[in-house]
Amino acid sequence: MLIRKPTDIRPSEITSKDNYLNRRQFMAAGAAAGSIALTSPLFGAIVPPGEFAKLPDVRKSRFSTDETPTSYDDVTTYNNFWEFGTAKDDPAKNSKDFEPRPWRITVDGHAEKTGSFHFDDFIKPFDLEERIYRMRCVEAWSMVIPWVGISLADVVKHFQPTSKAKYVAFETLHDPVRMPGQRRAVLEWPYREGLTIAEATNPLPILAVGLYGEALPNPNGAPIRLVVPWKYGFKGIKSIVRISFVEKRPQTSWNMSQPWEYGFYANVNPEVDHPRWSQARERRIGSGRFASKQPTLMFNGYGEHVAHLYKGLDLRKNY
Amino acid sequence: MDTLTQIRFVWKPVVFLLCLVPGLLLLGDTFEITGTLGANPVEEIQDRLGNWGLRFIMIALTVTPLRRMTGWNWLLRFRRMLGLYAFFYTLLHFLAWLILDQGILWSAIVEDIVKRPFITFGFAALLILTAMAATSTSGMRRRLGRRWQQLHYGAYAAGVLGVWHYWWQVKKDIRDPLIYAVILSILLGLRLWYHYRKLSQRR
Repeated sequence: MLIRKPTDIRPSEITSKDNYLNRRQFMAAGAAAGSIALTSPLFGAIVPPGEFAKLPDVRKSRFSTDETPTSYDDVTTYNNFWEFGTAKDDPAKNSKDFEPRPWRITVDGHAEKTGSFHFDDFIKPFDLEERIYRMRCVEAWSMVIPWVGISLADVVKHFQPTSKAKYVAFETLHDPVRMPGQRRAVLEWPYREGLTIAEATNPLPILAVGLYGEALPNPNGAPIRLVVPWKYGFKGIKSIVRISFVEKRPQTSWNMSQPWEYGFYANVNPEVDHPRWSQARERRIGSGRFASKQPTLMFNGYGEHVAHLYKGLDLRKNY
Repeated sequence: MDTLTQIRFVWKPVVFLLCLVPGLLLLGDTFEITGTLGANPVEEIQDRLGNWGLRFIMIALTVTPLRRMTGWNWLLRFRRMLGLYAFFYTLLHFLAWLILDQGILWSAIVEDIVKRPFITFGFAALLILTAMAATSTSGMRRRLGRRWQQLHYGAYAAGVLGVWHYWWQVKKDIRDPLIYAVILSILLGLRLWYHYRKLSQRR
């Protein structure tokens, strides 16, 4: 439920929650903002360009890290989102014309409530929270990203999965016209991901709809994407159109492509190397040209919240 | 000026400076004078240097087939310089990995060279190029005689190891390493073809 909180943002600066995700309004708001610098005491010198409307009623979260967030520029131009091309700067270049509206999300499978929902209706029942999370890519680089999203656990509970639901499966939009990267079969489209029901109801995962207090930009998986901070970045499926409650472990894209390198769990683990490179250390994006790599933390530093999920599981085999 | 003097005092310096341009541009981008290196500058530095190392191996390997096809014997006078540039960029690529990427953490470096086949292959290519660069002077060539030629066939191996090194570290999209593989196959294939044609003509 939405709990109104006192805010220091003037009402005139924000768009009401009901229509803030209307694309035209973003544009109007962006144009109106013009050259006015949007400042936020939280991010200090790093100020997003104000391309999109500010998201309203965003609560802070105790799960946020106090590490310095990676710059908005780096977060939105250095991406793995192969639906728009395989180079790191392809998503920013090739998603410029992508319209994440209108958007429908289908919920199906073993749940009491299922159906197809307009994006705005889908997120309406849930609170928006800011979660500043570390993001560790399987390619041994990392960022700190101030997401805005809704708790996946809340979403799962809302749809009331039955006892048959052992996993939650996700699918990205499959539309080679709007997503030019899908014209090449570099992965089997649509992109697929999944979590166990225990992972999905852990308090950490979110469905992100924003970044730096604004609506989610296209290269980051607009309008809605998964964020699971203790797993490698590829688990964070983007531009989600389907959420299914299933009994059997779902197929996941990178596991389908190279099962010897990418498992279902994909938990960040400095002790289990990728067959071709070490996972012991990572390069923090934005740390500079001459900074050295930093040690990677078990479960990306979120062990206290998630280690219990994997008790008795051989993490070398279940990578 | 006769042709030889012209090559020595005009064309060689010109080619030398041209070959230096990718390095100067990288330096310019590193210090944000000519451009930028993007979000992951260390990776960008390594990638560009590695790519140019591989490109110069290919360019140096183009000299002989091109000379045979065109009869431009003067091309041979540039081969050593092009080969040394292949060594130069590959060495810088290695040093960028060693210093910027690994931060001279020796335990991790040794582990990577031994445990990761793609790094082992790249390192082997660098060793071959180092041996060739060290024996590239006219004096060494005279002293080594026939063994010099044998050693310098190592360029083929360095090319194969280099392409393999690139191919193996790509996550999935192998288009770029594939281009190098195709070019290298053509360059080595031409040599095989010349070799067998010579054998059959002798009969």
